[in-house]
Amino acid sequence: MFTLVSEPPERLDLSPLTPHKLAGMGRPEIEKIKLGLSKRGLAVGDLFRVSGDVGETIVFEGGSSRFDGVGSGMGEGEIRVNGDAGAQAGCKMAGGTIVIEGSAGPHAGSGMSGGRLEITGSAGDFAGGPLAGEMAGMSGGVLIVRGRAGDQAGDRMRRGLLAILGGCGDYAGSRMIAGTLVVLGRAGHMPGYLLRRGTVLLDQLPESISPSFIESGKWDSAFAPLINRHLISEGILETPLLRKGTIRFCGDNAVLGKGEILVSAGG
Amino acid sequence: MQSMTVNGVLIDDTFAEAFGMRATAIIVTAPTMKWALEAARSMTGFATSVIGCGCEAAIDVELPPSETPDGRPGCRILIFAVSTDELQKQLLKRVGQCVLTSPGSACFAGLEGIEPLKLGAALRYFGDGWQISKKIGDRHYWRIPVMDGEFVCEATTGLTKSAVGGGNLLFLAGSHEQALAVAEAAAETMRKIAGVILPFPGGVVRSGSKVGSKYKGMTASTNDAYAPSLRGQVESALDANVNAVLEIVIDGETSEAVAAAMAAGLRTAIELGPERGALRVSAGNYGGKLGKFQYHLKDLLP
Repeated sequence: MFTLVSEPPERLDLSPLTPHKLAGMGRPEIEKIKLGLSKRGLAVGDLFRVSGDVGETIVFEGGSSRFDGVGSGMGEGEIRVNGDAGAQAGCKMAGGTIVIEGSAGPHAGSGMSGGRLEITGSAGDFAGGPLAGEMAGMSGGVLIVRGRAGDQAGDRMRRGLLAILGGCGDYAGSRMIAGTLVVLGRAGHMPGYLLRRGTVLLDQLPESISPSFIESGKWDSAFAPLINRHLISEGILETPLLRKGTIRFCGDNAVLGKGEILVSAGG
Repeated sequence: MQSMTVNGVLIDDTFAEAFGMRATAIIVTAPTMKWALEAARSMTGFATSVIGCGCEAAIDVELPPSETPDGRPGCRILIFAVSTDELQKQLLKRVGQCVLTSPGSACFAGLEGIEPLKLGAALRYFGDGWQISKKIGDRHYWRIPVMDGEFVCEATTGLTKSAVGGGNLLFLAGSHEQALAVAEAAAETMRKIAGVILPFPGGVVRSGSKVGSKYKGMTASTNDAYAPSLRGQVESALDANVNAVLEIVIDGETSEAVAAAMAAGLRTAIELGPERGALRVSAGNYGGKLGKFQYHLKDLLP
């Protein structure tokens, strides 16, 4: 357990604090781990009161929007932040679980390939999206934002499941390669912008649909119950999302155009 | 041959000799049970014997909507073959020609198994480039655009090498009516055992075979020892009061399933009694020289 003593005076890189990396370390060793990126040389002991034993679960009591890279590269175990997180939470995680009981900054779940990242509040831009220069975003795992996500959520997504339950900004699923993006609540302008393959599932019409998406009419497939059941069994939704009368838009025909936006009936 | 009599039915002290086989299972769903059964029957129609059909296949069990992956009515189909290659070939051919083509159908894995067999992973090409791959959790599906919407087909299903084929029971009766009565009744109870199929028409085979023939090139021919009209002229296993013999052949996912089915059939024949059904129950074997599995009737008595 890491209890935050006071709001950090600078951005911190929390990536050394994962169950795997801390395994076998004693408290004095942990307290010396450098988290600060400036010449202040801030270490764990300067910012947190460390208690308990290192096990499979790490808890941060108190969070901050300056907590960058929470659970970065994590492969197993659990991290829980009772508060906000900063940028790149769960960046490149491959397994395990991260729960942020608060909001997260941009690039949450960037490049994640496995595991589960759940943010109970809102997330910044590029949730699941790649960092500058990277060819692909999320390639696996489950990313859940229960609040609102910013722009370009699921940017260049390659595989996996990204679910946003409180609406999102513009260009959700931009440049998507494949995978499944679910948005409940209003999505902003032109979801699926330059989407190659992949599925964007919406519970209502977004602010606008790109003119390079073509409506293919009412969509009725045995795939609907498969995704509905999965969203419920993963604890993401409580009721089926895709109902009879779902409309399908094929696109983005400005690029490969083998993907789709499915808008559930009632939207 | 020693034997015992139970409820007036003579039970031969013999065994059924069965063989290790490769098997897989799929689940076929459709908008209604009627259409799921149409697809299933079409796919398993010409699949009575590996001798001439490439595989043996039939419906294992019907599944209510609550038990299928997509919540629609369906059934589980079991397919058996002598080799993995042949099983893979038969699976793709049959699903491709009979399930893919059937209105409203979807196809899912029915067995986890030890290694994957291609299903949607091969059939996807029918989509001519428009097929969609979806991974949900750790399952992989293909959605193939077709005229009535989409054919959803799981990418792979599983292979088991623990399957057993050729468990059998022979019902010897005084008349054709009595033989048919006991065979029908036994097939009905045996079908209820999970993980088992009775591949022949209605579950019953009337033309039991023996190995070899007087004709060059024929690997199997009529089982003359059990053919009542040849009673006087061959080494017959039949005595004077038997005038018709019917056989039920069992393929099972596991040896235990085959044994359970044989026990169920035996019990039914015994309960029916000699007046309404079988005078005698026996089983076919090759002296224990060909098959790895032996099911002794005396061990399966109720």
